[in-house]
Amino acid sequence: MTQLPDSNYKAPDGPQKYIGKAVKRVEDPRFITGQGHYTDDINVHGQLHAAMLRSPYAHAKIGQIDASAALALKGVHAVLTGQDLADAKVGSIPTGWLLPDLKIPPHPAIAHGEVHYVGDIVAVVIAESRALAEDAVALIEVDLEPLDAVSLGSQALAQGAAEVHPEAPGNVAFNWEIGDAAAADELFKQADHVVSLKIRNHRLVPNAIEPRASLAQYQRSSEEFTLHTTSQNPHIHRLMLAAFVLGIPEHKLRVISPDVGGGFGSKIFQYPEEVIVLFAAKKLNRPVKWAARRSESFVSDMQGRDHESEAQLALSKDGKMLALKVDTIANMGAYLTTFAPAVPTYLYGTLLNGVYKFGAVHAKVTGVFTNTVPVDAYRGAGRPEATYLVERIVSKAASELGMDAAEIRRKNFIQPEDFPYQTPVALVYDSGNYEPALDKALGMLGYQDLLKEQAEGRKNGRYIGIGFSTYVEACGLAPSALVGQLGAQAGQWESAVVRVMPTGKIEVLTGSHSHGQGHETTFAQIAAEEFGIPMEDVVIVHGDTGKMPFGWGTYGSRSAAVGGSALKMALGRIKDKATKIAAHLLEAAPEDIEVADGQFKVKGVPEGGKSFFDVALMAHLAHNLPEGMEPGLEAQYMYDPKNFVYPFGTHIAVVELDADTGHVKMIKYVCVDDCGPLINPLVVEGQVHGGIAQGFGQAILEETVYDEEGNMLTGSFMEYSMPRAEDLPMFEIDHTVTPSPHNPLGVKGIGESGTIASTAAVANAVNDALRAFGHHHVDMPFTPEKVWRAMKGGVQDLGQAADD
Amino acid sequence: MYTTPFDYHRAVNLDDALKMLADNPDAKLLAGGHSLIPTMKLRLASPSALIDISALDELRGIRTDGDMLILGAGVTHAELLYDKTVAEYAPLMPDMARWVGDPMVRNRGTVGGVVAHADPAADYPAGLLTLGASFKLKSAGGERVVGVDDYFKGMFETALQEGEIVTEIHIPRQAGKGAYEKFRHPASHYAIVGVAALASPEGVKVAMTGAGPKAVRLTQVEQAIGSDLSDENIKSATENAVDAGSLLSDRFASAEYRAHLAGVLAKRALMRVK
Repeated sequence: MTQLPDSNYKAPDGPQKYIGKAVKRVEDPRFITGQGHYTDDINVHGQLHAAMLRSPYAHAKIGQIDASAALALKGVHAVLTGQDLADAKVGSIPTGWLLPDLKIPPHPAIAHGEVHYVGDIVAVVIAESRALAEDAVALIEVDLEPLDAVSLGSQALAQGAAEVHPEAPGNVAFNWEIGDAAAADELFKQADHVVSLKIRNHRLVPNAIEPRASLAQYQRSSEEFTLHTTSQNPHIHRLMLAAFVLGIPEHKLRVISPDVGGGFGSKIFQYPEEVIVLFAAKKLNRPVKWAARRSESFVSDMQGRDHESEAQLALSKDGKMLALKVDTIANMGAYLTTFAPAVPTYLYGTLLNGVYKFGAVHAKVTGVFTNTVPVDAYRGAGRPEATYLVERIVSKAASELGMDAAEIRRKNFIQPEDFPYQTPVALVYDSGNYEPALDKALGMLGYQDLLKEQAEGRKNGRYIGIGFSTYVEACGLAPSALVGQLGAQAGQWESAVVRVMPTGKIEVLTGSHSHGQGHETTFAQIAAEEFGIPMEDVVIVHGDTGKMPFGWGTYGSRSAAVGGSALKMALGRIKDKATKIAAHLLEAAPEDIEVADGQFKVKGVPEGGKSFFDVALMAHLAHNLPEGMEPGLEAQYMYDPKNFVYPFGTHIAVVELDADTGHVKMIKYVCVDDCGPLINPLVVEGQVHGGIAQGFGQAILEETVYDEEGNMLTGSFMEYSMPRAEDLPMFEIDHTVTPSPHNPLGVKGIGESGTIASTAAVANAVNDALRAFGHHHVDMPFTPEKVWRAMKGGVQDLGQAADD
Repeated sequence: MYTTPFDYHRAVNLDDALKMLADNPDAKLLAGGHSLIPTMKLRLASPSALIDISALDELRGIRTDGDMLILGAGVTHAELLYDKTVAEYAPLMPDMARWVGDPMVRNRGTVGGVVAHADPAADYPAGLLTLGASFKLKSAGGERVVGVDDYFKGMFETALQEGEIVTEIHIPRQAGKGAYEKFRHPASHYAIVGVAALASPEGVKVAMTGAGPKAVRLTQVEQAIGSDLSDENIKSATENAVDAGSLLSDRFASAEYRAHLAGVLAKRALMRVK
C-alpha cells in the first residue's frame, strides 16, 4: 500500500500572494451581466418538453387515468404514468443513507397506485413545447380517491393516525438514539435545577433563485445519455441514476451541472423529474427538457427542518451544565430521499453537545412519515436544528436562573487545552478556542452599554432583546470509512486533477461544485498561490462528469475543507515534479530549488531561474527531462478527510419589538466566526451574510404551513415570506482564526455557519425582549400577531403550543 | 401554457377598447397586469380574451381642472409617486403610492387598475375615501361619474357595470394634511391593514383598507376625534376603536389583531396630520 503524503496543516512560511486576499469573484461579471449559463438556458435540436400532472391531494388512490384528450392534441408525443415506469422496471428513487431498521417505502418517479403528498407526480406529458405540454396536462382525467392524510409528525405517531405507507407501521421510519441515557439520568439526579423546553423547529422551503431543471439527451448510435441538471453533485446523480434507478451503464451516462443558481441542499438530491426526462428521451429518441415553475418548486423541492422536540437541561446551582436530554420527532415527509435519514440523526444528534462541557448528552430521534413534501438536507442540515435547541435551552436556563446569557456560556465552554475534544455524542472536535470569539463579539457589540440601554428602554416601553448563539458545527464530512459505518452509501473524499498545459496555463478539475460559493475564485487562489503565477492562468472546471471523472460534490460546507484540500495535495504533486524538472534544467539538487512568483530558482542564486512556463513546456516537450521521468505535468489526488472540521463562533442579534404591533425589527447583528484561515475574506463575508439572512428568515418570516389534510397553505411568495434586504441591518462581522490541524489548508467550512448560528441568535433576542412580559420561552417564527399576543400576555403557554 | 388559452387584442383607442369589451363579455382589460396576470398564471382567472389598454394615450396623463386633480386611469404608481402636480394637489396619493409593491410593480401597475380590481388589500381606496374622489366610467353607451362612497361595493366588487372602463380618477384638491400608514403582509407586502387620515377644514376623515372585504371610513374614530387632534384625544379615539366583528381573519392575522392594528395605524396616521 502506498503511504499517503502528510496532509496535516502547516502554517505558511511567509506572506501569501493570493490566499487570504479579498479577491473579487471572477464569476461575478458573468452573473451580474446576465451571462450565466443555466440548465434552462440550454436548448438542443429536436428538444421536447415535459410537464407534470401533480397530485392535488396529500394522499389518494390512483384509479383510471384517461389521457386520450391530451394525446389527441397535435404535438403531444406521450403521456407517461407510473405504470409505464413499472413496466420498464425503472427502479425506486434510492435512499443514500441507511440506519438500522430503516423503513424505506418504494419511491417511484411517477406515483404508482397511490400518491403520498400534494405535488407527487401522477402523470407526465411530453410535447413539442412547454406551453402545449402544460395545456395537455390540464386535459388528463385521473380518478383520485382521497385517503386520510396526516401532515404533522407528532400527529402521524398518534393512535389511529392515517397510515402513509403500509411498509412503515405507525408511520415510523426509524428510531435512533445517541449518548448514554443512564449517565444522563444519573447527572439529572444530582442537578439543582432542570430546565425544560418544548420546541418546534418549523419546516422551510429552500427557495433557490433558479428553479430546478433537467435536460436529457440520448444518442441511439452509442447508447449514451447526457443529462444537464441543476445539481450540487453531478457524480452522485450519475451513480444513483445509473446504478439504482435506470440501470444505465455508468460509463454511458454523463451528468453536467452548468451554472447553478443556488442550492442550499435542495439540489443535492436525486429527483423524480431527472428519471422522467432520461426515460422519455430514450423512449422517444428525442431530447426532453423539464423546468420547474416556481409554484412547482414549492411542492417538489425537498424541504428542510420540521422537528418537534422536548429537551431537559440539568444544571448545578452555580450554572454549570451537567447533562442534556433530547427527544425529537423528525418529520421526514412522504418518502426518504437521498440523505434524509442522516439529517436528523448523525448531523443533528451529534451536535447537541454544542460548545459546552457536558457530563452526558442523550438524544432520541423518531423519524416519521407524513403526507408532505419529503424533508432532507437544507442549509445546515441538522446542525441548525441542534443549535437552535441547545442555544435556546441555554438562554432559557440563563433566563430562569437569572444569569447573564453570555456568562452562562462562558462558564461552560470547552477550554482550548481540551482539544481534540471527545464529546459524549460521538464527535471529536478537532480544534477550538471559544472565549476569544465571544469576547470579540461582545466588544464589537458594546455589550455593557447595550445592557444599560435595554434596561433604560424597558422603563420607557422600548423593548430591546439581545440574543446569543455560541455555536459549533461539524462540516467537511468526513472519513469515508467512518461515514460508511454510520450508514452512508457514498464516499466522502474529494478529488482534484491539476492539469498543466505546455504554456503553463493550469486547468484545475474538481469534483466539488459551485452553485454560488465562488470556487472559480477561491480554488484559483489556492492553485495560483502554489507557484505564484497569475490567477488568470488558472481555470476551474467543475460540474461535468465527462470532464472530471470522480467526486462527491458540494454540501455540508465541504468544498474548501475537502475539495480544497484535494486540490492542495494535487498541487503538491505537481510542485514535486516541476521542482525536479527545474532542478534538472538548472543542474541543481531538487531540495535546493525554491519557487516564488512563477519562478523556480536555486536557493541563494537570484538570477537565472526557470519560469513556470519553461518547466511546463519542457514537461510536455520532454526533450530534456530527468532520467526515467514520465512526460507531462498532471496530477490527481483523492483526499479523504481524517475528521470533520468544526467551525465555531459567537453570533449576537439585537432586536426591538414594536410594542403596538408586535413587529420585530432586527437593529443590530454582530458575529465572530472561526473557520480557520480565510482563503478569501470577501467570499467568506458573502457566505456569512447570506447565511445570517437565511437563519433570520426562519426565526422571523419563513414558515411552511400544512393544514391537517396535508394541503400546503404557503405555496407561493404571496404567503411564504422570504427575507428582504430591508428587513436586515448592516451586519458587523469579524473572525478569529483557529486552524484545523488535520487538513493541509487548515480551513473549516463557512457556507452554513451563518444559518446554523443566526436562527438561535435571533430567537434568543426576541425571547430576551419578551422576558419583560414574563415569558421564558416563546417559539419561533415570531410573526407580529404572535409577538403582540405574547406582549399582551393573552396566550397561555405559548412555548408549549405547536405552531399550527 | 402557464395560463388557460386566451385571445389577445390590442386596443388602438378607447372606442376600440369599449367595442371589443362589448363584443367579448368574458374578456378582461389588461393595463399593468399586476393582479390579473398572476391570477391567470394560477389559473384562478381564465378570461376568454385580454384587451390590452396599456398603450392608450386617452387613459394617460395627469391634469387639473380648477381645483380638481384628474388622473388618467393608466397613470402608474411610479408617476403618482414622482409627479409634481399630484404632490401639489393630493400629496396623500404619493404617500400611499410609495407603499405599493416594489419599483417594478410601481412602474407597471396603474391607478385605474387598482380602482377597477378593488382588491380588499389595495392601498389607494383608503386615501380615495378620505379625499372624496370620484371615478369616470365609460362604456360604449356613454359615461358617468360615480363617487367613491358609492363605488366600492365589496371584495373585488365595484359599481362598474359590464362593458364599462374606468377612464379617470377625479380628486378634489386636498385641503389639509393627509397621511397613510400601512402594516404589510411580510410576504406579499399587501396591506394587512392600511389607514389613511386627512385633516381638512371640513373635518377629519379616517379610512381603513385591508382589514375587511372593502375599504371603509372609520366614522366612529372620526366622530371621536371631532376637530380635537391633541395627542390625548387621538389616543383615546383610536384605542380599541375598531370592531373586529366584520373584519377578515386568516392564518397570518386574526380579525382581533387586525382591529387592534387599525387603531394603532389610525393613531399613527392622525399623529402625522395634526
